[in-house]
Amino acid sequence: MRFMMIVKATEDSEAGVLPSKEQLDAMMRYNMELARAGVLLAADGLHPSSGAIRISYPEPGGKPKVTDGPFTEAKELIAGYTLIEVKSREEAIEWAMRMPDPHGYGAGQIELRQVFEPTELTEDPESQAQQYEMREHIERQKR
Amino acid sequence: MDTHRTIDAIWRIESSRIIAHLTRMVRDIGLAEDLAQDALVTALERWPETGMPENPGGWLMTVAKRKALDMLRRNKLRDRKYELIGREQEPWADSEPDVPEPGEVGDDLLRLIFMTCHPVLSPEARVALTLRLLGGLTTAEIAHAYLTSEATVAQRIVRAKRTLSATRVAFEIPQGPELKPRLSSVLEVIYLMFNEGYAATSGSQWIRPLLCQEALRIGRILAEIAPAEPEVHGLVALMEFQASRFKARVDQRGEPVLLMDQNRGLWDYLLIRRGFAALERVEQLGGMTGPYAIQAAISACHAGAPKAEDTDWIRISALYEALAQVSPSPIVELNRAVALSMAFGPEIGLEIVDILQAEPSLKGYHLLPSVRGDLLFKLGRLDEACQEFKRAASLTDNQREKQLLLSRAAECASSGE
Repeated sequence: MRFMMIVKATEDSEAGVLPSKEQLDAMMRYNMELARAGVLLAADGLHPSSGAIRISYPEPGGKPKVTDGPFTEAKELIAGYTLIEVKSREEAIEWAMRMPDPHGYGAGQIELRQVFEPTELTEDPESQAQQYEMREHIERQKR
Repeated sequence: MDTHRTIDAIWRIESSRIIAHLTRMVRDIGLAEDLAQDALVTALERWPETGMPENPGGWLMTVAKRKALDMLRRNKLRDRKYELIGREQEPWADSEPDVPEPGEVGDDLLRLIFMTCHPVLSPEARVALTLRLLGGLTTAEIAHAYLTSEATVAQRIVRAKRTLSATRVAFEIPQGPELKPRLSSVLEVIYLMFNEGYAATSGSQWIRPLLCQEALRIGRILAEIAPAEPEVHGLVALMEFQASRFKARVDQRGEPVLLMDQNRGLWDYLLIRRGFAALERVEQLGGMTGPYAIQAAISACHAGAPKAEDTDWIRISALYEALAQVSPSPIVELNRAVALSMAFGPEIGLEIVDILQAEPSLKGYHLLPSVRGDLLFKLGRLDEACQEFKRAASLTDNQREKQLLLSRAAECASSGE
C-alpha cells in the first residue's frame, strides 16, 4: 500500500527561504534511508505558492475562476511530499515518525495520508474506460 | 496504536540490517537470525511497559549485539575478532544507540544477500531464505505466498541455513571473476520471486502481489547498495515496467487480460517513470547489452506506447534478436517469433514457431501451441488454430489461462462455421 507524507508549508517556505544546510542534509539522509529500504517511490519539493494559480468552481456547472498566488493561509498549503510503498499502515507511521522536522523552528508539520488503490477508486468498467480515454488524450497532447 | 503491530513494522524495517550485522559478528546466518529474534522478543516484552524507545532500530541493534557478545563470551571464543569488537564498544552502556554508518550497513546487506542467494542452495531455498532474511517476512507469510505449508517452508529455511554453515559460505562480497556469476545468481533469485508472484503457475490466483512487491523492494534495495552494476538496474527497470501493469492484467471478473488488450489507463505511470529512470541508469553505466537490460528495453517499448497499435514491433524484434545473442533460449526465440509476426506479418512468425516445434525443451510448454494457434488464426487457418488452442489449454495448470485458451478455441470453431 502507498502512503504520502505531506510536508506542510510555512511562512518561510512560502517566502522562498530555502532550508538550512543541516535540514537539507537531514532530509537527504532520510530519503537515502527510504531508498535503501526499498520503500521510496517519489519525493519532491514544491515552489512557493507565489508562482501558483488556483482554479475554483464557485458556480456549480459554471466557468472556473482562476486566482493567482500567493495564497495567504500558509498552513493550508503544502511544500512537498514523499510517496512510499509499504506493507502496513504501521510501517508507514514508523517511517513518517522518522522524517526529520522539515522546518525546524516550531512550524514543522507532516501529514500522513494513504493513497487510494485504483481498484478502490472504481470498480466499474465504464469509468475505467473513461480513465483510459483521458490518459490517451493526455498522451496525444504531449506529442 | 497497537504496540505489537508497531513492533512488527519496526522489525520489517530493521531486521535485515540487524541480521546482516550480526552475521558479520558471529559468522553464522542461522545464529544471527536467532539472536536478532531474541532481541525482538525482549522488545516485545519490554516496550509495551516502558513505551517505545526514541530510536527503536538502534535499540534492537544494541540489544542484539549484546546478546551476540554474551554468546561469544559464553562460548569462550576469545579470538582476536571478539576482542576487537569488545574494545570498540562496551555493549551495555547503551544510552547512545548503536547505529552503524550507512555505507557499512549497505555492505553488510549486500554480503547477506550474496549469502542467501548462494549457488550451493536450491533455487527454492534461496528464495525462501532471501524473503525471510532480507524481506523480513514470517514463515507463515512465505508459505501463504507459495501456497504451501508453513512446515515445508520452515524446513526449507532450516536446511538452507545448515547448508550455508556446513559448506562454510563466507560472508563477503565476491570479487574479481567470481562477482559476475554470483551477482547473476542474486538477480535470478529476485526475478524468480517476482515471476512466481506475477504469473502463478498453478491455482486460480493470477497474480500473487506479495511476492512481486517483495521482489521489487529487494531489487530496489540492491540498486542502492550495488549502484555500479548495470544489470541490477536492468532487472529493477524490468520489474517496474511489469509491475506497472498489475491493475490492467485482470478484468472485473478476474479473467486475465493480455498485454495488447489491456486498458492502458490502468497502468501505473509512476512505476513506468521509475522503469525509464532505472533504464537510464543502465545506459549511463554502458550496460545496455545485459540480458535484463534488453528485456527491460523491450518492456519499455510497450510502456512507451500510448495505444497497442503504436507499439514499435520492429524495435522489439531487433531487441529480441539482441537478447537471443546474449542469452539464447527457445523461449526467447518464441518471443522473437511473436515480435516478428507483429512487425512483418504472421507468416514469418509461423516459420520460426514451426522450427521450434521440434525443440524438446518446449514440449509441454503451453505458450508454444498458444502462439502457434494465434498465428494460424491470423492466417485464417481456423481448424488448425482451434486444435492448437485446445492443446495449449490442456498443458496449463492455471485455471484462468485455461479458460482463456478454451474460449479462443471456441471462437475458432464458431467463426469457422
